[in-house]
Amino acid sequence: MSTKEIHGLFADEEVLKASAKALVKKGVHIKDVFSPFPIHGIDPIIGVPPTRLHIAGFIYGLVGMSLALFMFWFTLIMDWPMNIGGKPNFSLLENLPAFIPVTFEMTVFCAAHGMAVTYFIRNTIYPGKKNWNPDLRTTDDKFLIQIDLGENSVSVEEIEAILKETGAEEITQK
Amino acid sequence: MDYTFKSSTKQLTLGLIGIGVLALVYAVLTHIPGQRIWANLLVNSYYFVGIGLMGTLWMAIQYASEAGWSSGFKRVPEAVSQYLLVGGPILLVVLFAGSHSLGLHHLYHWMDPELMNPESSHYDSIISGKSAYLNEPFFYLRSVLYIVIWVLFTIYFRKSSLKEEIEGGVAIHKKNYGYAAAFLVFYGVTSSTSSWDWIMSIDTHWFSTLFGWYNFSTFFVTGITMFALITIDLKRKGYMEHINQEHIQDLGKFMFGASVFWGYLWFSQFMLIWYANIPEEVTYFQDRWKNYSFVWGALPILNLVLPMLILMDKAAKRNFSIMTMAGVIIVGGHWLDVFQMIMPGTVKADWGIGVLEIGLFLGFLGLFLFVVHNALSKAPLVAKNHPYLDEAKHHHV
Repeated sequence: MSTKEIHGLFADEEVLKASAKALVKKGVHIKDVFSPFPIHGIDPIIGVPPTRLHIAGFIYGLVGMSLALFMFWFTLIMDWPMNIGGKPNFSLLENLPAFIPVTFEMTVFCAAHGMAVTYFIRNTIYPGKKNWNPDLRTTDDKFLIQIDLGENSVSVEEIEAILKETGAEEITQK
Repeated sequence: MDYTFKSSTKQLTLGLIGIGVLALVYAVLTHIPGQRIWANLLVNSYYFVGIGLMGTLWMAIQYASEAGWSSGFKRVPEAVSQYLLVGGPILLVVLFAGSHSLGLHHLYHWMDPELMNPESSHYDSIISGKSAYLNEPFFYLRSVLYIVIWVLFTIYFRKSSLKEEIEGGVAIHKKNYGYAAAFLVFYGVTSSTSSWDWIMSIDTHWFSTLFGWYNFSTFFVTGITMFALITIDLKRKGYMEHINQEHIQDLGKFMFGASVFWGYLWFSQFMLIWYANIPEEVTYFQDRWKNYSFVWGALPILNLVLPMLILMDKAAKRNFSIMTMAGVIIVGGHWLDVFQMIMPGTVKADWGIGVLEIGLFLGFLGLFLFVVHNALSKAPLVAKNHPYLDEAKHHHV
């Protein structure tokens, strides 16, 4: 079986970061990094593009806000005009302060749930999913760099040499 | 690198103070009613004391929470807090001018003894019922105590910081922790009571339990905005090379969050009163809606909607020009906020934003900036012996 992936295992996230920097400098493309906790500042090193989740969140919030205002307009103004604390009915605008708290809640509700669901879909996480973690020790106290050879033109020997030089504890081929 | 208070900057701030004095002279010569002049003095002295106090509060929060990221620009809030030493006495002068014996102004309607006299035709049973708290001796005692104790804490924090600069070590840092905690407790109580005394008592019949927090949020957001504006200005002049976009972005987050916090409190205070529609409460907003609808309506746009939309994006918080623009909107918007807290109860419909208002604001701004730049030039801009300075240098969002 020919080698498809190289895994470099590290004991410290700072060492991993330095190693990743050295690899990228040599033109190696890193497929992914596995870690028990988020490593600060690793994203730009391995070339993960900035997340657009917050933009989606803003849009979900706007949708929630519109939904709530439409609901108020339809149920309390248009379909069945309600007397709200003696305020003029037949007007969404003049009763707006009374609607703001629930509108706010709907905005937060839609933004939060929309973002969570988007996150699950983008990462293909669902109940019963098998983990794709190459080494279970990275859920405990180890850190791992995963390099896909199909995406790289740098030779296996050279990659292994860099990994070894920069302090990898274990180098495995798969 | 130490900051030098250039003579061009000095002339600019002194020029602003000159504009303020000229505006005052102009107002007296053109026979603008004294009540309006004094009300404007109260607006500006209260506004800038609130910002100065935020410098002290900020330092206390950083010491008590052992924050590291902010130590890189700690001289800025420290310099802002030094305004209390000048602005505190000015505010006291404005307050004492209104006492019944001096009678230079009548901003505090409840100081009229006739209101407390059941025999008098002016007898006001509601105000009379509040006389255990709202009476002149107690009012002035409280006012003096607030300012003196705030100033003492400010002097202590400044002194200890300058001592740390020379001596180093962590002994001073550890001692600051206790003083900061004590100040936070004192501030927690007095930030509310001072706003009741100085501002809420103008509309004597009316009260709001949210008023103290509402005032606190106004100064919290304005104070932090001032730190951001001054830090950006120093960076533009080539100082503070260790402060980068990461720190400015965090200040931007504070501006964003505190603006939303202000909006939350402002709306909570308004909505409950609007909804309940009880005559003794709702008059407060009726005055504002009738005579100040433009100012009052601009508040949520200037202080909530615009900062929120402008500062929402990460790139915007890292862009110095956008941050400056948002900062100017916030500083102006919250000045208007303080303006509409004081004016309707003191000058009723007889108000305006003219030479007097703008001139006096610029005058106080000049004084504030003079004190801040003077304080900045007195100490090295980098607090080299702060135990967490290294953390600030490597701050990464």
